[in-house]
This record gives sequence, structure tokens and C-alpha cells, in this order.
Amino acid sequence: MNRREALSSVALLLGGTIIGSEMFLSGCTNADKKIGTAGLNFSADDISFLDEVGDTILPATADSPGAKEAKIGEFMHTIVRDCYTPPDQQIFVDGMGKLNDASIKMNGKSFLESSPADRKTLLIALDKEQKAYTSSKKPTDPNHYFRMIKELTIWGYFTSEPGATKALRYVAVPGRYDGCVPYTKGEKAWAT
Amino acid sequence: MADNVFDAIVIGSGISGGWAAKELCEKGLKTIMLERGRNIEHVRDYVNANKEAWDYPHHNKPTQQMISDYPVLKRDYPLSESNLDYWAVDKESPYTEIKRFDWFRGYHVGGRSLMWGRQSYRWGDHDFEANAKDGHGVDWPVRYGEIAPWYDHVEKFAGISGNRDGLDILPDGQFMPPMEMTCVETDFVSKLKDKYKGSRHAIIGRTANITQPLPGRTNCQYRNKCALGCPFGGYFSTQSSTYPAAMKTGNLTLRPWGIVTKILYDKDKKKAIGVEVMDGETNKIYTYYAKIIFLNASTLNSAWILMNSATDIWPDGLGSSSGELGHNIMDHHLGVGAHSTVEGFEDKYYFGRRANGLYVPQFRNVGNDKRDYLRAFGYQGGGSREGYKQTPEEMAIGIELKEALSVPGHWTMSLGGFGETLPYHENKVTLDKTRQDKWGMNILAMDIEYKDNEKRMRVDMKQDAMEMLSDAGFKDVKGYDGDGTLGRGIHEMGSARMGRDPKTSVLNKYNQIWDAPNVFVTDGSFMASSSCVNPSLTYMAFTARAVDHAVSELKKGNI
Repeated sequence: MNRREALSSVALLLGGTIIGSEMFLSGCTNADKKIGTAGLNFSADDISFLDEVGDTILPATADSPGAKEAKIGEFMHTIVRDCYTPPDQQIFVDGMGKLNDASIKMNGKSFLESSPADRKTLLIALDKEQKAYTSSKKPTDPNHYFRMIKELTIWGYFTSEPGATKALRYVAVPGRYDGCVPYTKGEKAWAT
Repeated sequence: MADNVFDAIVIGSGISGGWAAKELCEKGLKTIMLERGRNIEHVRDYVNANKEAWDYPHHNKPTQQMISDYPVLKRDYPLSESNLDYWAVDKESPYTEIKRFDWFRGYHVGGRSLMWGRQSYRWGDHDFEANAKDGHGVDWPVRYGEIAPWYDHVEKFAGISGNRDGLDILPDGQFMPPMEMTCVETDFVSKLKDKYKGSRHAIIGRTANITQPLPGRTNCQYRNKCALGCPFGGYFSTQSSTYPAAMKTGNLTLRPWGIVTKILYDKDKKKAIGVEVMDGETNKIYTYYAKIIFLNASTLNSAWILMNSATDIWPDGLGSSSGELGHNIMDHHLGVGAHSTVEGFEDKYYFGRRANGLYVPQFRNVGNDKRDYLRAFGYQGGGSREGYKQTPEEMAIGIELKEALSVPGHWTMSLGGFGETLPYHENKVTLDKTRQDKWGMNILAMDIEYKDNEKRMRVDMKQDAMEMLSDAGFKDVKGYDGDGTLGRGIHEMGSARMGRDPKTSVLNKYNQIWDAPNVFVTDGSFMASSSCVNPSLTYMAFTARAVDHAVSELKKGNI
């Protein structure tokens, strides 16, 4: 049972509506309700949802684009579909819905409808949650969905062409090796 | 000359096969080099050589399909999107594991010379005398002085970069200028010098990446993409080095898709007369004839070919009369060492991607040092700065995270051990006649493991790495002792050892099979012990020496 279903059933149990729940639920667009429901063949809505989540984790800055421009949603889809084990796939797919539900719970709005500041506040909270969970979990316990999303965003972005060449420094053919050169604070790291 | 008659046949086209072909051709012998797999042409067929992570759909991460298709390759780093087709297809070429053994193979022209680690070290007298001193295995019939000129010979052609460090334990060679160390590595070297007063050393790795151009080859461009094939010819491979040299003579014929099913032996002449070959694409059978045969199919596959040969005379195959064929299998045991983080040096970095690191030569059981195990180990390691993969635990979300990951993190320094394994007679490969490969051939069964001596050595391998990193003042020193399964060193050795006595060895001191002196086995099969240094340079040197002997004996009419 996901958060949406829980809200509905609580409402039913109480024989009416929960205060504010109309706003919670009506706040969701039709597309939001379907996030994570397409299984492993992510829908276009899933992809743009993940693009926005990724872009909140790694946003555009003055000198480099954000994760959305690196097509992070498509990348997450490809990796989850082809490289994840079935249990991890399930966690990830369910996690998309969970993230959206957490947004409604915290900010009263779906993730896509939330302001950039609310999106960030939410993800900071989810990141705390996954850190606490991951630090005490046994190796055989399931992974946390937000850790997956964060890891895929970081890895996918910094190994993407815009990430590697703009957020980092990239030289295709260095041609020489200097083992010890001065480094000035703020200079970017090498991409590979 | 009929088109299936040559002066020499070379079975295998990897590091040692390529060398055999080059030396034979340059001495004027019409030579055919047989390779069981497909051709890979230099530069043209390095299809991924200029790709970056973003050019691969999964940014170089294995898919579940790849993991399911490659049950052996998946056990370690080789399974990746970038050079998957350089590795043998596990499902086509299975093997039986009586005990787990990780076998990573390259079935194509160039073999593993395309994907090798390129670290290139000479053995010293210490190594060649080891068996005689402690009685394990049989005494090497060769000492350093005899092989040293051949190390010179192969180093000059292959191009080995390194520093002349003047260490007794690790003889210097004919080096091109060394690669530079990072500032943290330089610091580690000097701390080690202060602490150990010359009893332990760290040196820049000696590697078959060239730092000066050679004919037809550009010096290393520091892209660190060696395992994809180098369009610059920046490292030694069959394709970049020995194959073009052999072709230049006009004496070489290359035959891809030529799976040698047996060596043909004439019991009256007591010599081999040729080989039977199955075409890997059509399964048709061909025969080739020659006066001499070099067997360089890689350690376990060379044993496999011999086990399938002359079985009407020796049921266990050509070279089995001593009872040692397929026995005494060795590898280097690894997967043990230590990591650390390094404080300071925040104002230092490097330029370029150096496909090389530091090397710590063996120091245990050397001189007056005596341990509760025999032989020793070395370390490969290095000091570098973390990039975006640095642990983002303390960083949250958003611009702060992105900016923190976009700049270099702290420095790290690590050491990973490579331990010598003893030549145990019971570590063996045999034919499993109940199972066949894609071509209908019986497959190998592996019965190989490391034992108490190696287990005791691993305690030191971990402990000493931690100690040296701590002595250097590095922080968060963490030792590890992971999976040391044999095979994953990818240094298989010993299946047809050389020795002084035909009763206890398969080959004589010139790599000739005692029972068929015109057959020379010069891949890792001949190794009578394993030392702890990377072995390929030694295969090169013994191959060149064996060819010299073979041609001289041929001219004298002795073979």
C-alpha cells in the first residue's frame, strides 16, 4: 500500500475526509498519480519526474548544466531496467511513488508542483532518512530508494558528456603526464 | 612449398606467441601463427578506443544480461561494456571447477597482450634459486646470468619504462625514462626510506608503456584506455609490436580461427611433424606441417593441447611421461592489502592519466628476514586524489553537493599485494571427458587452490601494507583480505615445468619437450616457480632465447 492508498483508506475509515486531504489529493495532476506505475518501462512522466529529482540533487550552476540537461531520467531508466537486480528494480519503481507521496505529506504538493525550495527541503529530508537507514542496515537488508536515486544521479551526471566536460575538467588526449603540479583552490577535478 | 608446409608453426598469438613468431621470422623461417579466435587488426578493430563513459548506454556498467552470459568473467573487473568482446565467451568455452578457479581468457589475435596489465619486472637470482633452496618444486635449470641478456633483448624491443633503482632484489633493465610519481607517492617513498633504511623500497612501476617513440609507435599519451587497444601503439601488444615486425620479414602467415586440436607426433622420428587444426567457424579439419613447433596457447590451454596429443603413445598426452604435465599450476594470490587517506597536499595535483603506479618489491624472507612461511610478495599501489566518487555522505543536496563533487577531494594511498604461490604437484588440470565445448572438444577440469603457506603469507600482506601506510603518517588505514581465489591474478603458470631431469619435468632448459625436442613451450607453462613479480616479461625473454636455440639446433640438424 502506498501513501496515496493509505490516505484514501484513512479517509474511508473516518467516514469522511481528512482536513486538508482534498487539497493534498487534488493537488496531484493526473500525471503525478501515475508516477512509478508503468513498471520497468518508465513512462514519459516518470522520466521527466526523475529529470526534476535529479536536477534538484545536481542543479544547473553558472558554469555547468544540471542533471536534467544530462538526461538523467533516461539514464536512470536504462540502468534500472538493464543493470539492477529484480529486487532493486522493485524498490526503485516503488520509490518513485514514495518520493511523490513524501512530497505531498511534507509540502502539500506533488514533487513536480512543488517550488524549487520545497523540492530541495524534501530531498534533504529524504537524504537524511536514507543515510540513517543505510548506516544501520545489514548487507542483506533492502536498499533505500533515495540512495539509489542519488547514486544514479551523481554517477550518471559526472560520467555524462555535459557533466564530465563542464562540471569537471576533461582532456581526451593528455599527451603527457605531470605527477605533481600546483593546484589552486576551486579548480575542477579531472573527469577521468 | 605446399601451402600447408612451413618451417615453423606457432600455436597462439598472445605475448609469447607473438614473440616466437617475430624471432622465427626474423631468423628467416617461414612461419605460420595459429590463433583459435578471430582477428583483431591494430587500430582498425579497436572499436571503443576513443569512447568515453557517456558513449556506452550503461556508462560501462555490466547489465544483468552480461552477468548471466558471463558466469566466470563477472567474478572480477574484466566484465565491462567497453571491451567485452576481447574476452572469451564463457558459455562457448566452459571448464569444470573441481575447486573454484577464475579463468579469464582472450581468444583472438593478440590474446591477452591486448588487455594485460603491462607491469614488467625481471626475476633475480633470488627467484631462480628459490626452489633449490627450500626444496619445493624442481630446481630451475637456468639462473639470472643466463637469461639477463635475453631480458635486455626483449626490453629494448618491447619498450619498458622504468627507473634504474639499483636494487639487488629487482634487477634493473633497459629502460625508457620512468613515468613521474605524484607528490604523495614521492612522500611515501622518502618516508619508507627513512623508516626502513633500505630494507623496503617503493619505486615507480616498470611498465610496457613507452615514454619515447619506437618505430611505428607513438609514446604513451596518458589516456589510461590501454585495455581497449591503443591506436597510438603506446603499449606493447602483439598488434602494436611483434606482429608488424614479423609481417615485415615477409615470412609470416597469420591463421585466425585455427583451433589446434592436437600436435601430430611421429613415433619413429620421435619428433612432432605438424598440427591438426579445426576451423573455429566451419569446424573443418586442416593439417599444417613444420620442422619446429612453438606452443604458446597460454598455460592451461597449452597443457590441454598436449593432453590431446600423441595419446596412442602416452595415454596422458605428449610431454606426460614425467607425470608432471598439467600439474604444479600456480598463479599470484592477491586481493589483500590496505588503503589510507592522506592529509595535506591540498595545493598539489597532477596532469594526465597514468596507467601505472608504485611498486614495492619483495622484502620478506630476503637477507636475514625469516617468516613462518616461504617465499614473498610485492605490492602494486599508488597515491592519487579523489574525484566525484568521493564519499558524498556528509554532503546533502543541491549546489553544495555539486560544487563539492566538482573539485578534487583528499588524497588516498593504497597498496595491493601479489603473493608467490608454491608449485604444488596436486594443483592440477585434467581433461574432463564428460563435458565438451562448442567445438566438441573435451574441456579442462581445474583442481587448484592456495594452501597454508599462502594463507600465512596473506597475514603479512595485509599487516605490512597497513604498517607501511601508518609509518608514512597516513590516516584511516584500513587493511583488507578479500577474495584470493587463484586464477584472478591472471598469471597462470607451471603446467609444463622446465627442469634438469626428464623424470621430474616436462621441458628442458631451452623449453623443449623432453619427449619431442622440436616442440618448444614458452608461455607460462614452463615456469618452475612463480616468484611474486608479474611474469610476462620473463615469458618474452625465455621465448626469444628458445627461438635462438631452436634455429641453431635446426641448422646443426639436431632437431
